[in-house]
Amino acid sequence: MDLKKLKEVPKSYVKEILRSLSKFERLKKIPFFAGIHFKDAEKELDGKIEGYRMIDRQSARVWRIVELSRDGRRPQCLDYVKGIFTDFVELSGDRLAGEDKSVMAGLGKIGGRTVAILGQNKGKDTKERIKYNFGMSVPEGYRKSIRIMDIADRFGFPVVTFVDTPAAYAGMEAEDKGQAGAIATSILKMFEVSVPIIVVLIGEGGSGGALALAVGNEVAMLENSTYSVITPEGCAAILWRDPAGTKLAARALKITSPDLARLKVVDRIIHEPMGGAHNDPRRMVKIVKRYLTDALGRWSKFSGEELKMMRAQRFEKFGFFEETDTF
Amino acid sequence: MEEKIKCRKCGREIEREAFLLNLRVCPYCNDHTILGSMDRILITADEGSFREFSRDMKSVDFLKFFDLKSYKERLMEAKLKTGLNEAIVTGEAKIGGHPVALGVMDFGFMGGSMGSVVGEKIRRLCDFSIKKVVPLIIFASSGGARMQEGIMSLMQMAKTVSAVNRVREKKIPYFCIITYPTSGGVSASFATIADIIISEPGALFCFAGPRVVSQTIKKEIPPDFGLAERNLKNGQVDMIAGRKEIRDTLARLIRLFSS
Ligand SMILES: [Zn+2]
Repeated sequence: MDLKKLKEVPKSYVKEILRSLSKFERLKKIPFFAGIHFKDAEKELDGKIEGYRMIDRQSARVWRIVELSRDGRRPQCLDYVKGIFTDFVELSGDRLAGEDKSVMAGLGKIGGRTVAILGQNKGKDTKERIKYNFGMSVPEGYRKSIRIMDIADRFGFPVVTFVDTPAAYAGMEAEDKGQAGAIATSILKMFEVSVPIIVVLIGEGGSGGALALAVGNEVAMLENSTYSVITPEGCAAILWRDPAGTKLAARALKITSPDLARLKVVDRIIHEPMGGAHNDPRRMVKIVKRYLTDALGRWSKFSGEELKMMRAQRFEKFGFFEETDTF
Repeated sequence: MEEKIKCRKCGREIEREAFLLNLRVCPYCNDHTILGSMDRILITADEGSFREFSRDMKSVDFLKFFDLKSYKERLMEAKLKTGLNEAIVTGEAKIGGHPVALGVMDFGFMGGSMGSVVGEKIRRLCDFSIKKVVPLIIFASSGGARMQEGIMSLMQMAKTVSAVNRVREKKIPYFCIITYPTSGGVSASFATIADIIISEPGALFCFAGPRVVSQTIKKEIPPDFGLAERNLKNGQVDMIAGRKEIRDTLARLIRLFSS
């Protein structure tokens, strides 16, 4: 076995390769295996090394998309609101405890129809980022969304959401005020309303904080956005116990638009201008406007009961499992 | 086997026999330690009343996920360790003579994490509750979503909320009992939308865990962070009930809701 080959293999795999290598070395010492299987073993090991190299290349590719999805120059919720809706009025407060700026809420018109709009802003410079808390929401934000969805439901306004959040905010006060319950109740509200809900994932779809605004009749995703149960960094810390696993986690979690379309978690991929949405934000906003006009038209023909049933069916079918005993 | 065990909270030594007879609760400091789902069912459901649903439903490694170990390997280890096929046991049971739809999560199985099987079993349990018009009762215990199932584990949050929503629409009561520890995707989905939330004493119940919060705010956090008593004070749970009273508490609630 040529150990020099190991130099080209990502560090995180070397240990595993050495482990299988020592297994083969041990096998070789058993007379029965001597000379017979070793050639195959070497071939298998070569295959493994090539496999790991491929995984590493894929991880790097996925990581570029993660970086694009987080790029501060990407159009944010506010840009879409400004460029798509007329007569927009921003609404504030949860009427319980406060106002969370990270969640933007309001009413506006598109194609002559009033819609309720919800979304997260991350901010484009330090001042904005602090104002929006980097797009990380607290219970007040989710409860404001619930309040606006209630208005939408009573007045028959379709709901459009723009999802872009690293995660729900992990703070003391947020926890004391019931962060978990606020997210769960927002998800619940999205199953309760009798109006169409169209979700557009525009950047980072981070975990429960994203899902709180992402239970739609239709879920669309910008080409270079991501949607994940946990950040690659968080996943690496827990499962790899090493920040070096971050890119590998990004690949393993299957968080890119083609992966999510394959899993049917996303219904549509909205293509971005060449090189990414930040290269031509105005065009990106136009593309999303066209998509939303189409989508709202498509979903306007269903009754409230049908819309609720279709949402329940869309989400209750998710999951892979087997039921027969195989051994 | 050791004759004595040391309490993780107060540090005192407890005779194993006494500890087990006390339902794995420390007799000195009332620490409610983790209880396996089968033991939980034994002490909660009327004797011989439990009949399990979908016992052979198993997770599949549909993403071919591997970190330091493959998902397949982790599943196999969890099965060997717990003797269970997944992180929740569901079925029909009677509590104080009342028929119920009962789900009990098991923290021992991959940290009680919720993947496709947990989601599907809860969905079917909700269907049963609706079909038989019996209360839905779930004991929660989970570190959150099953990362090895990627986005599909996040979707289980929506799936279980949708299923519970159908129970709610039929005006069938749903009680959730929070046990140590319940956090992440489970606390931010079906657990917190119950009509009544009961917590075991000292049970950690939060969205982000103490370590993550402490890292985020870069400060020490109080020792009672996310614990039952603090949650009660903050209005996040209806009541705290000890392991010995839970059966009676549930029976009383069922009677109140069935008049
Ligand atoms: Zn103790």
